[in-house]
Amino acid sequence: MQTTLMPTRQRSRLRDWSRRTWRYRWLYLLMVPGVCYYLVFHYLPLGGLLIAFQDYNLMKGIWGSPWVGVQHFEAFLTSPDFPRLMKNTLILSVYRIVFGMPADIILALALNEIRVRWYKRVVQTITYGPYFLSWVIVYGLTFAFLAPNAGNVNVWLTDQGHSPIAFFTTEAYFRPMLILTDMWKSTGFGAIIYLAALSTINPEQYEAAVVDGASRWRQLWHVTLPGIREVFVLLLILRIGHILDAGFEQVYIFLNARVYAVGDIIDTWVFRAGIEQLDFSKGVTTGLFKSVIGFVLVWAANRFAKKMNGSGIW
Amino acid sequence: MAALWKRSKLERGADAAIYVALGVFCLATLFPLYYVFVMSVTPYSEVMRHGGFVLLPRSLTWDAYRMIFESPVVPRALRVTVSITLVGTFLNLLVTTGLAYPLSKKYLPGRSPAIVAIVFTMLFSGGMIPLYLVVNAVGIMNTLWALILPGLVSTFNLLIMKTYFENLPSEVEEAAKIDGCGDIATLTRIVLPLSLPIMATLGLFYGVGHWNAYFNGIMYLNDRSLYPIQVVLRNMIQMPNVSQELQTQNPQALARLPAETVKMATVVVAILPMLAVYPFLQKYFIQGMLLGSVKG
Repeated sequence: MQTTLMPTRQRSRLRDWSRRTWRYRWLYLLMVPGVCYYLVFHYLPLGGLLIAFQDYNLMKGIWGSPWVGVQHFEAFLTSPDFPRLMKNTLILSVYRIVFGMPADIILALALNEIRVRWYKRVVQTITYGPYFLSWVIVYGLTFAFLAPNAGNVNVWLTDQGHSPIAFFTTEAYFRPMLILTDMWKSTGFGAIIYLAALSTINPEQYEAAVVDGASRWRQLWHVTLPGIREVFVLLLILRIGHILDAGFEQVYIFLNARVYAVGDIIDTWVFRAGIEQLDFSKGVTTGLFKSVIGFVLVWAANRFAKKMNGSGIW
Repeated sequence: MAALWKRSKLERGADAAIYVALGVFCLATLFPLYYVFVMSVTPYSEVMRHGGFVLLPRSLTWDAYRMIFESPVVPRALRVTVSITLVGTFLNLLVTTGLAYPLSKKYLPGRSPAIVAIVFTMLFSGGMIPLYLVVNAVGIMNTLWALILPGLVSTFNLLIMKTYFENLPSEVEEAAKIDGCGDIATLTRIVLPLSLPIMATLGLFYGVGHWNAYFNGIMYLNDRSLYPIQVVLRNMIQMPNVSQELQTQNPQALARLPAETVKMATVVVAILPMLAVYPFLQKYFIQGMLLGSVKG
C-alpha cells in the first residue's frame, strides 16, 4: 500500500506546485530582475569571502588560487595595525553614540516644547536640510572654515597675531572635527524619528500628570522620556550592530596620512589594502572579521533588548 | 498665588531659552552654506582688503562660475552625474517595484523565504572587496554601469515600498481582477496610480543618493572623463592648485582668481540641485521615514 501511495502523492504535490507557480507566473516574472540583483550583488560576494582563506590572485581566480587556511587572520590579528584600527574604530563609533544620540534627543525634546507651529516647522525644515548634502560637500564647507591658510578661522587667527592651525592634519583636532561635522549634518534628521515617537504619546498622560501637580520638568521625566525609550533602545541596538563601521565615507573623505594614528579605521584600511594595493585576500580577511563581529553584535544586542524591553528589532 | 506666578515666570524664561537656542542652531546650520556662497562671489580685491573674512560683499563677481563652466572638467562631471541620477533613479524604481509588489502579496508561495533572504543582506554582507571582485567579474568595471548596478535596490527602500503596497485597500485590486485585469495590468493601471506619493519619496531618496554618490566613482572608475561631480569636487578641494584639476584652456584667467574662490563656486554648484529639490523632498520624506519605521 505505502509504496504505491507515496509516488502518487508526490506527483500530485508536484502538480499542485507547478499549477500554483503557473498561476502566479506574472508576479514571479516581475521579480526576476530584483532577484538577479540580490543574487549577483549580495549573495555572489558572500562566495567571494572564501578568498580570505586563499592567496588570491586576480589572474588565477578563485578556483586556481592556493588555499592557505587561517594564515591571513593570524597575520591581521597579530599585526601592529590591528590594535590601532580597533581602537580608532571603536572610539569614533562610541563618540558618535555618546555625542550624536543625545543631540538628536535634545533637539527633538526642544522642538516638542515649541507651541508656535510655524516656528517649529521652519526650525525643522532648516535643521534636517544638511542631511541631504554629500560628505564631499560637507568637507568643502569645513574646508572653507578650517583650511590651512585661506580658511576663515585661520585668517582670523593670523590677524590676531597667532599662528594658523593645521586642523586637517593635526591629530588632536581630527576626531572632534569628524564628530562636530557629523552632528551638523545629521542631528536634524536624527530628531525626526524621536519626534514621531513623541507625537504618539497620549495627551491624557500629560493631563493626568498636571492634575497630580507635576511640574513641566516632572512631566518630561515621567511622561515624555518613557515615551521615547523604545525608539532609543532600537536605535541604540542598530548603532551597536554597526559599531565597527564608524562612518566610512566621512572618515575616508576627511582622512590623510598625517592623522592615520587617530583616524585610520578598519574600513579605510581595507580600502587601501584591497583597492589601492590590490592585496585582495588581506582586505577580505579584515572585512570578513568585521562582518562577523557586526552580525554577532546585532544579534546579541537584539536579544538583550528583548529581555530588557520586551521587544527588539525582530 | 505668588508661587504660581513665580513658576510661570520661570517657565516663560525656559520657553524663551528654547526658542533662542533653536534659532541659534538654525543660524549655525545655514551660516556655512551662506558663507561658502559669499566666498564664491566676492572679488579677490575685497577679500584682500578685509583680511579674508567678508560677510556682506560690496560687489559681486561671477568669474569663478564662468571659469568652472568654461573648463572641460566640471560640465562633463555634471553631465555624468545628471545622467546617472536620471537613468539610475528610473531603474531603481523599476526594479524595486518589480520586487516589492509581488512580495506584498501574502498569498504568494515562496514569499517569506524570499523576504528573509533579502533582510539577511542588511545584517551580513561580503563587504567592499568581494563586491569589487564581482563588479570586475560582471564586466562593468570602469563603465557608468558600475555606478548604477551595485546599488540597484536599497533593501530599506524596498521594505518601505512593500509596506506601502500591503496597506493599500485590497478591494480595489480584487475589483480589478474581477473585471479581468491580470497581475501586470492591475499593477500598472490600478496600483501604480495610487502609489505616486511613495514613488515620489523613494525616487527622491534614490535620486539624492545618486547625486551624492562618491565611493562607487573612486572604487570602480579609472577613466577620469567618467568621474561624477562629487569625485571631481573632492579632488579639487584637496589640490592646492586648481588649474591642473580643471584642465582649463585659460590659465591666465585662473591666476587672477584665488583657488579658494573657484573651489567654493564648485561646492555651490554641487549644492544647488539639492536646494532645488529640497521643497519636494521635505514634503514627502518625513512621510517616507515614518512608513519605514513601521515594523514588519
